Amino acid sequence: MTIEIDNLRISFGDKEVVKGVSFKVAQGASFGIVGESGSGKSTVLRAMAGLNNHWSGRIAFSGEDAPLKRPPAFFRKVQMVFQDPYGSLHPRQTIDRILSELPLVHGMNDIDARIARVLSAVALPQSARFRFPHQLSGGQRQRVAIARALIAEPQVLLLDEPTSALDVSVQAEILNLLADLRVEQNLTYVMVSHNLSVISHLCSHVGVMIDGHMVEQVTAEDLRLGNVQHAHTRELRTLSVELEEPA
Amino acid sequence: MLVEIQNLHIGFQSRTGFAPAVKGVSLKLGTEKLGIVGESGSGKSLTARALMKLLPKQTRIEADRLAFDGIDIMSASEREMRQIRGKRAGFILQDPKYSLNPVKTIGSQVAEAWRTHKGGSKRQALEAAITLLEQVKIRDPKKVAGSYPHEVSGGMGQRVMIAMMLAPDPELLIADEPTSALDATVQAEILRLIEELVSERGMGLLLISHDLPLVSHFCDRVAVMYAGRVMEELKASELLSAQHPYTRGLLNCMPSLIHPKERLPVLTRDPEWLK
Ligand SMILES: Nc1ncnc2c1ncn2[C@@H]1O[C@H](COP(=O)(O)OP(=O)(O)OP(=O)(O)O)[C@@H](O)[C@H]1O
Ligand SMILES: Nc1ncnc2c1ncn2[C@@H]1O[C@H](COP(=O)(O)OP(=O)(O)OP(=O)(O)O)[C@@H](O)[C@H]1O
Ligand SMILES: [Mg+2]
Ligand SMILES: [Mg+2]
Repeated sequence: MTIEIDNLRISFGDKEVVKGVSFKVAQGASFGIVGESGSGKSTVLRAMAGLNNHWSGRIAFSGEDAPLKRPPAFFRKVQMVFQDPYGSLHPRQTIDRILSELPLVHGMNDIDARIARVLSAVALPQSARFRFPHQLSGGQRQRVAIARALIAEPQVLLLDEPTSALDVSVQAEILNLLADLRVEQNLTYVMVSHNLSVISHLCSHVGVMIDGHMVEQVTAEDLRLGNVQHAHTRELRTLSVELEEPA
Repeated sequence: MLVEIQNLHIGFQSRTGFAPAVKGVSLKLGTEKLGIVGESGSGKSLTARALMKLLPKQTRIEADRLAFDGIDIMSASEREMRQIRGKRAGFILQDPKYSLNPVKTIGSQVAEAWRTHKGGSKRQALEAAITLLEQVKIRDPKKVAGSYPHEVSGGMGQRVMIAMMLAPDPELLIADEPTSALDATVQAEILRLIEELVSERGMGLLLISHDLPLVSHFCDRVAVMYAGRVMEELKASELLSAQHPYTRGLLNCMPSLIHPKERLPVLTRDPEWLK
């Protein structure tokens, strides 16, 4: 699905936190969002996912305007992976139960086999299935959150810091998995991350946010080469490049 | 020595039998910055929790020595632990928002952390809390002090936890992925603040992180964990040129901004590493 966001504004009470954001994502492409902490990145994703009703502007998937209240079928096609995996996994449900929920709601068949497949896709042992979230490590919980989004076979994935709790070896497996799925199933991604290396690996285009505005959009290639305009983009890039140099 | 861990073992009884998670970890920490990196699920967080005696009841734990500033943690009472936790040793948990109280404002929680250890009036504590929030680079700290945890962003929650843990001037700071939700500019500021505390007040830091470049630049030493064990311990500045095949494998998996890779190499795990 293509995604179009036009002049998106979002407020909490009388405080506007997203102040007219616009971007487009082609079908099968990935758009990355980076930027200041508190600038509204998660809020944009939540509104796209239909989890916030206080927005104005335009959010469209495949050219169709999304209504404030989304129909149930929408939640199968568009899935979100939350920034805070612990908070988004029900503490008293086993991983098995958590992963069964969406397939049950949408009347999917072969749930058992689906769970087994999706666990191995995110490199979790089958033994994780009957544990509770608090019995897993931070990175294992994050992988459960990714598995839960994948199991519904969505067409759009909204990923909020999907690999921030993963060690780089598991991160590589997940990023490769996301890249493969995008090719095989023509998925479209919007991903928020603070890690420019991760963003530029998966996304061809990147938007930079400060204080509710998307102040710049660049291609990953231009970000690499340093062809950027805004001071914040340049600063983020410099810090990232400095870290890559040996200590 | 601030922290001594010798031959630490942690395991869980499950329906299918006993599952060991930490298998003989030994670490020492003085007034320095020790990084712990390594595989997800390798026991990094459990090791840190053991040190604060924060493991679930049914956990099986054994160690030749587990000590904080000479105090034997294995035999310490809950009362003794309360003297250490949140006062002499701050612990920033991996899931920051989960460890904040959802029904209390951020300001009152930071103020409480400050007041428990420093005393003073409520008003003084709230003022101190706002200064602390400012120190961790929160924009508009007054407004954030009046917000509830669900009203702040991921990175703001992480910084609130950091502010709370720094409030009582701890001698040891255990930080489990403290900056994973922060953009690079804020991360740099927070690390500068922690650095100051380490060098000026002689605090010790145990930093658990997946960010190898960050650990390599920021810490003094680093321990690399895999499958419940420490694979190697080395000078942090030498991390990016480490020789152990597991560490090399990890480094190889990293995406890079300046040297893009078409596809990321994945790690081939070798049973030899566990011999
Ligand atoms: N439920 C809410 N009620 C009130 N304010 C909120 C709420 N959720 C978010 N905010 C505010 O909206 C702003 C943007 O938050 P958001 O979570 O989108 O930031 P972010 O860019 O994702 O930051 P981070 O990188 O730290 O996760 C912040 O100032 C936050 O305090
Ligand atoms: N309460 C528990 N019951 C059973 N197993 C547990 C429990 N807590 C942790 N484990 C297991 O112990 C292992 C080590 O967990 P730990 O949280 O220390 O990992 P970690 O190194 O911090 O990983 P990450 O980088 O993903 O946070 C994991 O395999 C985890 O599933
Ligand atoms: Mg966020
Ligand atoms: Mg952990």
